[in-house]
Amino acid sequence: MEGTGRKFEKLQEIIARHEGKVSHLIAILQEVQQEYRYLPEEVLTYIATALNIPPAVVYGVATFYAQFSLVPKGKYVIRVCDGTACHVRGSEPIHFALRKELGLAEGQQTTDDLQFTVETVSCLGACGLAPVVTINDREVHGQMTTEDVLRVLRAIKAGESQEERREAHA
Amino acid sequence: MLKSRQDLKALTERAREALQKEKLRILICAGTGCVANGSLGVYEAFREELAKRGLSYKVELVHEEDNAGTALNISGCHGFCQMGPLVRFEPEGVLYLKVKKEDVPEIIEEHIVHNRPVERLLYHHPVTGQVVAREEDIPFYQNQVRVALELCGLVNPEDINDYLAHGGYQALEKVLFEMTPEDVIKEIMDSGLRGRGGAGFPTGRKWAFARSAVGDKKYVICNGDEGDPGAFMDRSVMEGAPHRVLEGMMIAGYAIGADEGYIYVRAEYPLAVKRLKKAVADAEALGFLGDNILGSGFAFRIHIKEGAGAFVCGEETALIASIEGQRGMPRPRPPFPAQSGLWGCPTIINNVETLANVAPIITRGAGWFKQYGTPTSPGTKTFALAGQVAHTGLVEVPMGITLREVVFNIGGGLRDGKEFKAVQIGGPSGGCLTEEHLDLPLDFDSLQKVGAMIGSGGMVVIGQDSCMVEVAKFFMTFVQNESCGKCVPCREGTRRMLELLTKITQGKATEEDLLLLEELALVVKDGALCGLGKTAPNPVLTTLRYFRDEYEAHVREKKCPAGVCKALLSYFIDQEKCRGCGLCARSCPVEAISGEKKQPHNIDQVKCIKCGTCMEKCKFGAVYTA
Repeated sequence: MEGTGRKFEKLQEIIARHEGKVSHLIAILQEVQQEYRYLPEEVLTYIATALNIPPAVVYGVATFYAQFSLVPKGKYVIRVCDGTACHVRGSEPIHFALRKELGLAEGQQTTDDLQFTVETVSCLGACGLAPVVTINDREVHGQMTTEDVLRVLRAIKAGESQEERREAHA
Repeated sequence: MLKSRQDLKALTERAREALQKEKLRILICAGTGCVANGSLGVYEAFREELAKRGLSYKVELVHEEDNAGTALNISGCHGFCQMGPLVRFEPEGVLYLKVKKEDVPEIIEEHIVHNRPVERLLYHHPVTGQVVAREEDIPFYQNQVRVALELCGLVNPEDINDYLAHGGYQALEKVLFEMTPEDVIKEIMDSGLRGRGGAGFPTGRKWAFARSAVGDKKYVICNGDEGDPGAFMDRSVMEGAPHRVLEGMMIAGYAIGADEGYIYVRAEYPLAVKRLKKAVADAEALGFLGDNILGSGFAFRIHIKEGAGAFVCGEETALIASIEGQRGMPRPRPPFPAQSGLWGCPTIINNVETLANVAPIITRGAGWFKQYGTPTSPGTKTFALAGQVAHTGLVEVPMGITLREVVFNIGGGLRDGKEFKAVQIGGPSGGCLTEEHLDLPLDFDSLQKVGAMIGSGGMVVIGQDSCMVEVAKFFMTFVQNESCGKCVPCREGTRRMLELLTKITQGKATEEDLLLLEELALVVKDGALCGLGKTAPNPVLTTLRYFRDEYEAHVREKKCPAGVCKALLSYFIDQEKCRGCGLCARSCPVEAISGEKKQPHNIDQVKCIKCGTCMEKCKFGAVYTA
């Protein structure tokens, strides 16, 4: 399969950049996930073979850290901070509002069309702005309310950038 | 490339001269908080507006063809995140709050052209209405003493020359050319500096252990895995003064005889990673890192390792496993990392804030450091003030200051007129402090005595409308999620404790459950392998100790006094207020609401699932809980 061949080519590049060092396993997985938005099973096996370690070790690391996902994530990953500061300032209603708006069933994190993933994160360290929501780790939205977060979501759906949204908001 | 002490002196001199030539320095905060509020747009607006008016300015401190007296810089976090984006004008120290790009032309016209501050963007005292222009005069800053954070907000974190102009790498120079490794360790030991990461172990002693450990290869690790929810001082230091952290690591390396260091940063802090990487590259380019540093013969290199989202990696042995590329699971100690750490070599692990204190102790001396704080906890400590407090942000205060001072004077009391209930200090490893502790001095030993700990310094203020059982459950959910699963007390114990807490919040618990919860908490505390597990029961134990009546209300009366635990609430319709519009009945998912059109409606308590939709939908505020 041509598609698979190209997939492994990128993978090989990443592994080569880390000189195949086992101590770089976490960094390799991070870069691979950035490439594919998740860690496909065959990729884990490929990495194990390339680093000459058992697949169980790679799988063990991939399942240990919260950052890694073995299932595909949405194009937009919305992370609702649920650190202490955000929690006492109402991050839960925000999380529920997002899930409800996107029609996510219990236990479901990603919409069926792979557009949105909603997850919570323990603390983003932006406690002064609680409650905080980030989009794809790049955009940070502080002092959110349920209305604000739904406005942000609808704006993403309408295809606006953060800058445009901020202006519309102001 | 600096090859000698003289080279460094010459460059520092040049940087200082350039700094002195600056007549005006505009600093735009580019910490995570202010960036989220749009500070980079403000920075661009300044560039455009200055250019439009033909005013020349520079963005780097040392610049060849430079004669502009105006400098435009980004800065690290000032700590007053809630009021961002922040813009500071030097030399006066005027601070503008909540600056938007549209405000920039007015600021330039008024402040720069006419030399008068824009009053509406200055700090206004919420009670007296008094206008405060200088950052240092704002009540939030008045009782603070900044050591670890002293450069955050003042220097451009991405310009190594700016760090040099502000006294940077002076401590490294002093250490390399005037002190033996033993002198360095003695100075740190004399200062009484204790680890700022949580446990408060004396830093000098840790270094002495590693110095005396046998091994050709030793490592210095900077622990930037700030996992405690509610703490963000390490993030601010790494983002705001990254060279301070590097300098501290180099000095530690020299003291223990290490030539390599790692900084382990949480993946949730992308900006800190970016700034640290730039700082390392700049330090390498100038010869602060590499072989034969400044011609002294000392060699040191620093690598940045990104975490991947695991709270337990803040524990030192788990962190080492993670750097080695494994699952981040702790192992029993001894052997301590100082004897056998990274790849089996002697290793010291210091927290970011601890390392940020090293350079000033070396340049100004142990005696200077000890003038702050208490005899057993010298120096200052940063606290991340958050939750239901009027002024949220990062504060640095002398150890031994009272909780009241921090919450009510610096933090301005509670927001929205809420009533004080508790402070949760030290994150999931810490505990709750109540009204009776408001005059307790904040230092390592006093807090230990009341069952709490400074931990990393997260301080979340809780108002009367929060349920303490729910708060304990929140932390237990967190710890349970983050338990690595290696030892039984933590893996099983936290799960069972969470089940019991859930039962209590649902009103299904008995008196025996309460006793069992307490017993379990003590077993986990004694039996867990690592610091995470041993301290995990603290939030439960302290809330049981100080808010037992709340637990008992949930268990005996099946009531949540704060009105937070949904399962214990009942929804009712106020017959006076209800207009009979029927909106609630139509939105109720279980058809529990009935009533004639234009007549007051009622909720069937048997059918009601307590989802709260009716309350949300009602336009007349007729739905209430009891």
